[in-house]
Amino acid sequence: MENLISIGVRSIFIDNMIFAYFLGMCSFLAVSKNVKTAFGLGVAVIFVLGMTIPLNWMLQNYVLNEGALSWISPEFATIDLSFLGFLLFIAVISAFTQLTEMAVEKFSPALYGSLGIFLPLIAVNCSILGGSLFMIGRPYTLAEATVFGFGSGIGWLLAIVALAAIREKLKYSNVPAPLRGLGITFILVGLMSLGFLSFMGFAI
Amino acid sequence: MSEVSTAVPSVKPAEPLLSKKNRKLISNPLDADNPITVQVLGICSALAVTVQMKPAIVMSLAVMFVTAFSNLFISLIRNTIPSRIRIIVQLSIVALWVIIVDQLLKAYVYDVSKQLSVFVGLIITNCIIMGRLEAFAMGNKPWPSFLDGIGNGLGYGVILVSVAFFRELMGSGSLFGFKVFETAGIPFIGNGLMMLPAGACIILGLLIWAQRARNGYREAH
Repeated sequence: MENLISIGVRSIFIDNMIFAYFLGMCSFLAVSKNVKTAFGLGVAVIFVLGMTIPLNWMLQNYVLNEGALSWISPEFATIDLSFLGFLLFIAVISAFTQLTEMAVEKFSPALYGSLGIFLPLIAVNCSILGGSLFMIGRPYTLAEATVFGFGSGIGWLLAIVALAAIREKLKYSNVPAPLRGLGITFILVGLMSLGFLSFMGFAI
Repeated sequence: MSEVSTAVPSVKPAEPLLSKKNRKLISNPLDADNPITVQVLGICSALAVTVQMKPAIVMSLAVMFVTAFSNLFISLIRNTIPSRIRIIVQLSIVALWVIIVDQLLKAYVYDVSKQLSVFVGLIITNCIIMGRLEAFAMGNKPWPSFLDGIGNGLGYGVILVSVAFFRELMGSGSLFGFKVFETAGIPFIGNGLMMLPAGACIILGLLIWAQRARNGYREAH
């Protein structure tokens, strides 16, 4: 249990998807213009990350790893399918995103309208695939992988809401014209990331 | 029966392979329509793999390869893809090319492949590729799509290499691992900020500033 809490805290603050690995930057920069949409997208990312990482964990451990297929028949003990990882992970992620999109469209048309194009774009959010790729590189159990997925999603939500809040205030400041928009946002993200570095001091 | 038409249906003169329009496809993404600084695509990897020059160059070549060939293939089958599942189709074709690149890198430049770690796999979700597939390859013929892929790969590479140049020079005082300052006899203390991803953000922000000050592109907040 303690282990799970520490993985959760690590993935939210110390290994924050945005500020430590810079994953999922494209939608992070594009959707962070106001807090409300940023929050909606963040929740969708938490959901998709939290679901696809355990799914991909099962895929990796029961299908792809060397010898993982031996639960079907002992003859398969030498088969190593790990080179197919990218293809299967992205298939799971895009299928899951499509499902989420259809579910949201059916059950909550208002939320669907406010998220618009960004919902299907979660499939190509690097933090989702990145989360799965980090997960296979670490010796997680299923429970740990699930916590890692949800934690990374929460970290992403935290980051995008923080940036959106700053950008809302930024409208009132006088930034040099060529630096406006993307330029100043990058510098802001750099400074915020320096702030998040201070969490690295905690040993958990 | 006797009147066999001999008139050949008029054929449009073939466009030369590198016509002016096609050359534009390559040169535009380098500056005015740059994928990173103007279209805001493919940022993640630009920040993560630019600590040194060598991985940055390998990464740009890999991205260029994948973009060009996925553009080509999607453009070939663009009229048969059902629009509701097109993202899955596109992603599987991209994933195919990324698997090829990944296996090639592991076979020939293993140390760089280790350094790039998950970022080779993340080429699949590099928005440049998806963005160009959606915006260009779905509506254009194979050859221009291929050139568009090459052009955008180059535009991405230019930014990646310039960020890596500043980061490696100021962070560890070297270029391609060659100690520039030491050889020139200038005392040098590495700037730790440049080794962090935060340094990449700030360098990229300044690069965008310089580029926009020059070409006059403006954005309203």
